[in-house]
Amino acid sequence: MTSVLKITDLHVSVGETPILRGVNMQIRQGEVHALMGPNGSGKSTLAYALAGHPNYSITAGSIEIDGVNISEYEADARARLGLFLAFQYPVVIPGVKVADFLRHAVSNIRNPDRREGEGLIGMREFRKEIRERMTELGMDHEFARRYLNDGFSGGEKKRMEILQLAMLQPRFAILDETDSGLDSDAVRVVSEGLAKLSGPQMGVLIITHHERLLEFNRPQFVHVMLGGRIVETGGSDLAHELHARGYADVRARHPDAAPEPTHTTTAAAV
Amino acid sequence: MSTDTPVKSDVEIGAYKYGFHDSTDNYAFKSRKGLDAQIVSQISEMKREPEWMRDFRLRSLEIFESRPMPSWGGDMSDLIFDNIYYYMKAANEQGKSWDDVPADIRRTYDRLGIPEAEKKYLAGVKAQYESEVVYGSLREDLAKQGVIFTDTDSALQEHPDLFREYFGTVIPPGDNKFAALNSAVWSGGSFIYVPKGVQIDFPLQAYFRINSQNMGQFERTLIIVDEGASVHYVEGCTAPTYSSDSLHSAVVEIIVKRGARCRYTTIQNWSNNVYNLVTKRAMAYGDSLMEWIDGNLGSKLTMKYPAIWLMEPGARGETLSIAFAGDGQHQDAGAKMVHCAPNTSSRIISKSISKNGGRSSYRGLVKVHKDAVNCRSNVVCDALILDPASRSDTYPYIEVEEQNVAIEHEASVSKIGEEQLFYLMSRGLTEAEASAMIVTGFVEPLVKELPMEYAVELNRLIELQMEGSVG
Repeated sequence: MTSVLKITDLHVSVGETPILRGVNMQIRQGEVHALMGPNGSGKSTLAYALAGHPNYSITAGSIEIDGVNISEYEADARARLGLFLAFQYPVVIPGVKVADFLRHAVSNIRNPDRREGEGLIGMREFRKEIRERMTELGMDHEFARRYLNDGFSGGEKKRMEILQLAMLQPRFAILDETDSGLDSDAVRVVSEGLAKLSGPQMGVLIITHHERLLEFNRPQFVHVMLGGRIVETGGSDLAHELHARGYADVRARHPDAAPEPTHTTTAAAV
Repeated sequence: MSTDTPVKSDVEIGAYKYGFHDSTDNYAFKSRKGLDAQIVSQISEMKREPEWMRDFRLRSLEIFESRPMPSWGGDMSDLIFDNIYYYMKAANEQGKSWDDVPADIRRTYDRLGIPEAEKKYLAGVKAQYESEVVYGSLREDLAKQGVIFTDTDSALQEHPDLFREYFGTVIPPGDNKFAALNSAVWSGGSFIYVPKGVQIDFPLQAYFRINSQNMGQFERTLIIVDEGASVHYVEGCTAPTYSSDSLHSAVVEIIVKRGARCRYTTIQNWSNNVYNLVTKRAMAYGDSLMEWIDGNLGSKLTMKYPAIWLMEPGARGETLSIAFAGDGQHQDAGAKMVHCAPNTSSRIISKSISKNGGRSSYRGLVKVHKDAVNCRSNVVCDALILDPASRSDTYPYIEVEEQNVAIEHEASVSKIGEEQLFYLMSRGLTEAEASAMIVTGFVEPLVKELPMEYAVELNRLIELQMEGSVG
């Protein structure tokens, strides 16, 4: 059965400030969607709200996976249902080795009923697997022994996100500006990595300002967000148009969407 | 209903794990409560000590009585000296082998896992039960090399000259009120002498327990590492839970001679009613290295500031400490580095975790004496606060009488980051697992310095402390 992530009339506030004002979207396993839009339009807010960040409160609407409303689920429960967010700003966890963290995460995701304190997946098979994935992503195996994101360059952090994606094999992956802040080589590595991973088993939502990530991961659907709503949805041509001409035309076509908002939606990422 | 069926008890999460205790009826000797010259003389007499030691004890008692309680640090208002037994003897003789050790004591050790440890690679397990060492062994080849590893009482009897040369020279009774108390009533502890050039390449270990209500434990440890020698001494402490307050007041003196190395590792997990007031100091001579690694969990109040006096050029001192303060606990811990000679260096790394209203304080001193030029000192203290009810303070003291020195001090206080929690949870970890992982990562720099079995135990203790902390 093909799983479906369905977002219906989603309203999200940060503190008292409403950011998303009725977002609708439906992503099936195997599809690639792109979400574009100017700064502050609410893209990252959607990503955090989907992943279950506690500071992003859903005030109306729903998020469903295969008909189950997960709006009230904690982030870990959503992850166990197959949702994954590649962070725009991956978080540093000092003293926690990549391998230890990922072995724990993989154990929980692959065995969603695992209770705390129960055994983790076998060390040998895990080590073999993580090494293979690192090789595919062109990562030094030494990364497994480093502390999670501690002292990593921007490119290394993004590659680490893709490694986690590869190990956790989610049904739905949201990539929040995974290409931002990277030089073109790094973008290529990350893009190719994602292209290898995505397939019929994974629905992908790529949030980006740019087009580069989309060259390797051609979306079937491109959504444009303005003022907390999706104002247009089209094919990959729409991405080209936005890339070439910016958001002025879109704004002109949707004068009712909020103008430049004064707040910023990236507070949680700081 | 069958009474044979084991009933699964309601496990209190985070309850003190080692809270069992044995009957104290079989004690060979137990002093009456409280402290006076008669009790001190009695202790000395019971131990058949030489006259100089009895006089030393009595002199120390006078100092103890004449000194006021410290007005800084933690709250000691519940500490009633008259309610404490200052000396108990659990068995008449030291066990020669495991089979000679009385059954209930053996049972306690079994629960602490000591025989297993012994069977393995641990060479010299010295176990302190109450005030006397009842069981000990030392690998023969060490003895052949002239290494002495015994309890401090035996050392006084068997190596009187060596003992008297060093005892009380690093921490004299007049140093502070609690050092004076220990000097008056000390019992047990470890005595180590490592002869010139002898390198011991495995850790020497001792376990301590307080087993009796209102039982003060006043062990006295003296370590002499002769020129070019090296030793790693590991001490782990657990204590059963009792309803009334207990006092642990130890003194540890270490002499690290020219070119020698000494590492002293402590993991303490006192039950939550113990006052843990310890004086630890090392004298480090030319080109030597002294390291304190100090993990403080449990206790009601811990006041402990392992010190290193850098006496001659090239001496180095390092202290790595971690404190975990939970409900009703105050960890007032830190380090002292005293630079008495040029070209000496020191480093202090202090980490603390406060949770459920616990309070941890870093209190440290870096002192550079006049003419101690080209000294370097680096102090890093990080505090992690797990909830709004908990507290952390930093009291760094720096006294420098010389211009040409380099001293750095960094302090950071962090809360368990919402963003860190969310990041880990978004990978499928529960909130409790994520918190525990963050805390484990925070203490990792200390844990990786520990021998394997201690690293495992410390991580387990922290997990235990973390359970039930969320929600």
